[in-house]
Amino acid sequence: MDTDTHRYSCSSVVLKQHPLNKSTMTLELFTQYLFAGITYGIIYAIVAIGFNIIYNTTGIINFAQGEFVMLGGMIAISLNGLVPLPLAICISVIITMLVGALIEIVFIRWLKTPSVLRLIIITIGLSIIIREIALYIWGDTVRSLPYFTGNVVSSITILGAHISPQVLWVIGVCSIIVILLSLFFHYTSLGKEMQACASNRIAATLCGINAKNMVTFSFMLSAAIGAMAGCVVSPITSTQYDMGTGLAIKGFTVAVLGGLGNSMAAVAAGILLGIIEAFSLAIGFPLAFQDAISISILLIILFIRPNGLFGNSVSNSLKEF
Amino acid sequence: MDFKKHLPTAGLAASLIAIQLITAATGSVYYLTQLTMVAYLGLLIIGLCLVMGYAGQISLGHAGFFGIGGYISAALTTTNLSATLAKGHELVTSLDHLGILVHSQTIYGEDLLYVHPWAACIVAILVTTVIAFAIGIPVLKLKGHYLAMATLGFGIIIYRIVLAMEIFGEADGISDVPPFPLIANFAITGDLNLRISNYYIAAIVLIIGMILLQNLIHSRVGRALTAIHGAEDAANAMGVNTTKYKLYTFVISAVFASIAGILLTHYTGGISPSDAGVMKSIRFVAIVAIGGMASLWGALSTGLILNFMSLRGFFGSYDDAIFGTILIVIMLFAPDGILQLPFLQKLMHKGRE
Repeated sequence: MDTDTHRYSCSSVVLKQHPLNKSTMTLELFTQYLFAGITYGIIYAIVAIGFNIIYNTTGIINFAQGEFVMLGGMIAISLNGLVPLPLAICISVIITMLVGALIEIVFIRWLKTPSVLRLIIITIGLSIIIREIALYIWGDTVRSLPYFTGNVVSSITILGAHISPQVLWVIGVCSIIVILLSLFFHYTSLGKEMQACASNRIAATLCGINAKNMVTFSFMLSAAIGAMAGCVVSPITSTQYDMGTGLAIKGFTVAVLGGLGNSMAAVAAGILLGIIEAFSLAIGFPLAFQDAISISILLIILFIRPNGLFGNSVSNSLKEF
Repeated sequence: MDFKKHLPTAGLAASLIAIQLITAATGSVYYLTQLTMVAYLGLLIIGLCLVMGYAGQISLGHAGFFGIGGYISAALTTTNLSATLAKGHELVTSLDHLGILVHSQTIYGEDLLYVHPWAACIVAILVTTVIAFAIGIPVLKLKGHYLAMATLGFGIIIYRIVLAMEIFGEADGISDVPPFPLIANFAITGDLNLRISNYYIAAIVLIIGMILLQNLIHSRVGRALTAIHGAEDAANAMGVNTTKYKLYTFVISAVFASIAGILLTHYTGGISPSDAGVMKSIRFVAIVAIGGMASLWGALSTGLILNFMSLRGFFGSYDDAIFGTILIVIMLFAPDGILQLPFLQKLMHKGRE
């Protein structure tokens, strides 16, 4: 996991701007950094939602969550030459979804009352293996999908700032994912069954819900949204076999910031973290220490408000840890 | 005097001597280099085993403590202070008067001025202790996932810092670390002529570490830790100060990791960022898990064997993949370590009968 997580930084969105002092920050630059922050923040939020979906149904933190994002991007890149881009993305999402299901069925489903420590170690082991397989298949070259519309240099002007259309794609697609998920959990029977499992597994089982299948669904769902995020963000940030760990740590930070299990708060927390990162870069904070910022935030939040900025201790005490 | 208690330690000493004799007899002395490194890593492994197995707390940041020890002693013993002394910097001058600095010359006759390895070692251990306390106090209040992520985060921060700071050599790490002088003419160094004495130095360090931890486990502290691992609330109710014991074991284990880092850095003459990387931490956790978490001897033996195989390149470029696979297989089928597998237990019972 010796990943170069700072590759996952805002520098590639804010195109080669020199760090500027606050005093010289114009509206254009402000907007530029703001959009960079939102773009990264929403990706962190998607990873955090992936954590939350699995956490809610199982009480597991899936340390391999970041690897789903990597797999989604990598598979789509490989397929892109063979089939049209939209189809490549669809297939990639489906394959990653199946990988998610496979992982749950092979490694987790049949364990009888495993301890938290055991599950942590298993998912860490899985993340290493997925990463090593990816290294074997795709090598360690940095790849990326083509821009969905336009190319590297094309830009849209918003408030005087030049924003790549891909940034709008990322924000748009991720927003749609969040809205669809919310609708799914509130209005479909499958979504409601998953919610039931999350709030009380035994009661849900007594009502005739197959709790084990719900766990498998939750892995598939979080793999799928991770893969989707991996595809839309690939043109901007590139995809490499070892990008998962950095994303997982930041996704977890965001999940904790919003309160573990609370997906809507994760979106707000994600955007907050993304903006903090972008502006820390803007005021000249060294790029290499950018990870240290988010991890320090994680540690501080864990120490002073372990239930998250938006969480409360009463609802969290009802959950298993 | 209870001789039975010291039987395993004597066995360890005997087998370490036997290994040296075998390599001498078969003309494969070159194995001793890796064996020495493995012995130092063994120190880290038993320290981690104390935290994971006995105190029941996962730490995914132990390579971080290894890195703190190794990097601080390496940076202090390789940064040339002669220019600073010439300028008359107060701190450097007073350190020089205290005899903490070492004067020497390069082959070109330039002046070199370094911190003495013993002084560097003491500074490194003190820094580790302070950091371990500072991290331990808040982190050990956490449980499960939070503890795992917090220690993982700590490991990543250390990795980032050594990678980004010039004094730590950035991506290249630090090389040309001087030998660590001990009594008489002995020194911890990678010098091939001193290979055998260095092997024994490492073996003695490991055995001392093992004896210390054995005593700790069989003391009041050890029993308190076992109680914490079993049921923390119950232990608390019985009057065991769980927070204090967890914190102390965490710090002790961090210091063990740091000493391993210091000595190994002086032995190999260098340290690189990947030595402090998260993948290393995970590997250490894997080794402890395989040996059976609550078994110092199990962890030590798997540590010695697996680290040796890894250093000799048995796993080739699949090193990380192999450790990942081992981790999963052990956790799926033998979460208490391979020694606790039913068929092995039966075998051992038969052996005893």
